[in-house]
Amino acid sequence: MSGAREEILARIRLATGEVAAPEETDAAYAALPRPYRRAHHDPSAADIVALFAERAADYRAVVERVPEDEVPGAVAAAVDSLPSVVVPDGLPGGWLAGLQPDVRLVRDEPPLSAAELDRIAGVVTGCAVAIAETGTIILDHGPGQGRRALTLVPDFHLVVVRAGQVAADIADALARLDPARPHTLISGPSATSDIELIRVEGVHGPRNLHILIGG
Amino acid sequence: MPTYLGMPAFPDAAKRAVADSQLRRNLTHATTAIRTKRAKAVAELDDWEQLRQAAKAIKDHTLANLGTYLIRLEENVTRAGGHVHWARDAAEANAIVANLVRQAGADKAVKVKSMATQETGLNEALEAQGTTVIETDLAELIVQLGDDRPSHILVPAIHRNRAEIGELFRRTMDDAPPGLTDDPPQLAAAARAHLRHEFLTARVGISGANFAVADTGSLVVVESEGNGRMCLTLPDTLISVVGIEKVLPSWRDLEVFLALLPRSSTAERMNPYTTIWSGVTPGDGPQDFHLVLLDNGRTDTLADRTGRQALRCIRCSACLNVCPVYERAGGHAYGSPYPGPIGAILSPQLRGVDSPIDASLPFASSLCGACYEVCPVAINIPEVLVEQRARVVESQKHYPERIVFSASGYVLRSPRRLAAAQRVASLGRLVAGRSGRIRRLPPPLSAWTDTRDAPVPPPESFRAWWARNRGAGR
Repeated sequence: MSGAREEILARIRLATGEVAAPEETDAAYAALPRPYRRAHHDPSAADIVALFAERAADYRAVVERVPEDEVPGAVAAAVDSLPSVVVPDGLPGGWLAGLQPDVRLVRDEPPLSAAELDRIAGVVTGCAVAIAETGTIILDHGPGQGRRALTLVPDFHLVVVRAGQVAADIADALARLDPARPHTLISGPSATSDIELIRVEGVHGPRNLHILIGG
Repeated sequence: MPTYLGMPAFPDAAKRAVADSQLRRNLTHATTAIRTKRAKAVAELDDWEQLRQAAKAIKDHTLANLGTYLIRLEENVTRAGGHVHWARDAAEANAIVANLVRQAGADKAVKVKSMATQETGLNEALEAQGTTVIETDLAELIVQLGDDRPSHILVPAIHRNRAEIGELFRRTMDDAPPGLTDDPPQLAAAARAHLRHEFLTARVGISGANFAVADTGSLVVVESEGNGRMCLTLPDTLISVVGIEKVLPSWRDLEVFLALLPRSSTAERMNPYTTIWSGVTPGDGPQDFHLVLLDNGRTDTLADRTGRQALRCIRCSACLNVCPVYERAGGHAYGSPYPGPIGAILSPQLRGVDSPIDASLPFASSLCGACYEVCPVAINIPEVLVEQRARVVESQKHYPERIVFSASGYVLRSPRRLAAAQRVASLGRLVAGRSGRIRRLPPPLSAWTDTRDAPVPPPESFRAWWARNRGAGR
């Protein structure tokens, strides 16, 4: 096995010639031209939260924007028709304060099996960051978001985005993340373009994505 | 990379494809729609060209320092709890994966579409050891159910329309819902139901990766359906087979590539789902992660100063969608998992030009340059094609056109031979159609008319006319 490693690295050296010291490589990298714009919208001039709402809705996600104190009521209304929802640890307790008693709340403790998750209708989470330019939500699966399977297996995902979490563009959003964590970028409900290159919503991921912007 | 068994040279395969009017209708329909949408998605960013130049610069820098970045990637994946394997060729990569699947004690694996494993023929290798491989991407499922071959990088079943897919599902899917129509949402729902149980019980997942970030050890998979998330999240063991050219120096580089890739491939601002992970996260996702770094001809390509740029490719498939040759010939004619303009330069470099199909691929282009124009990493495909044509011609002493040109040199050196040849050529009028063009000449001259029409020679050459009207005899 290590034979393959050494041989591939030797072949690369042969192809690229002299190998620069790591510091030289890093210096050359730092000097690479980056003439593009790191943001296509100026957060101080444009309402990037409104832009995020508009672009997320383009993917046929359901998008609502409510004042911060109305989040519990909006959460309750969004999951009202579901028999059960799973909620991750660390979800701000107030968000669930308005829930009807007939909605069964399930905790991921002890961790639910995939089959158990499949029998749960929905999931309510927060997120780490959102991107206005692309209408994207990013989960880092930290507190209030749950491990990755929680937001994948149930067919309905309600995600609460606080206005301050919306970044103008991809660069700003990525810079706010910790690369050591697992991440899921979500832009609308599950979809496919595999039949005649036409986008159709609803394949393996949650077919219903509901985005609630608070603030 | 497999050269599909008995694959004829591109012109023969293309001739058959062009005669298939249903295939041409399907391709024209799909590529026309995506071309328009892509142009709109790209126009939305006024610094597209700058993003493209940055991407090119990052990739070129990475390729020039490839060893450094691969070692860094290996260190960081290992530090995050993953295992890194190196594979010189397809057979070695397949053997590593087969062994890992055996170690996991699994007799089947769920798989998210990956070009690298298409290239190594992994499915066939695993099936040979009795492992069932379940392709979970809708288009790959269509290809697998139809015992077919992929014909497009992004949409492997682009050659099939909804009616053909509906018919296939009703015929081959034992759990197809009764009354399943050709409506795409219904077809997608059928695929969801069909694969659900497999996802929930899978113990091994197999993937590729769009990017591998050296300084954080992160792998990135860009997808739409959620089958990728399923394969990357639910199994206990995850094996990712990734070409060595997929490495990016730094986390920050994703800001460039995540802007370029979705707009170039599906014409979206962002694809529905992207999963990014670094090694193993306790309590979340696979607890046993293996990265297989694949060479398989890439270091040979790296050694070629002009051809190296093909390694910048991020597999977006924009070049396929704009190519007039691809639109008419379809993906199968290219005889490789990589069809279209990028395939025409990549396959001969990865596999060499020994087989008839690989020797013909550099000629499967009109050199119109549309592929270069749309390429998000600015690969100058026509430049590489021209250089590869020269290489094929040099390697094949008896290339038919070479014979034609050496024969014409012989004729043109002597006035007597030229006059004789012109008298013979006038007879060519006998084989011309009403169009005034000669579509097919007998061998060996057929080598010329196989790929082009020949003009009809005049009834009398100018030299003969001059001799008759103004010649010394008058």
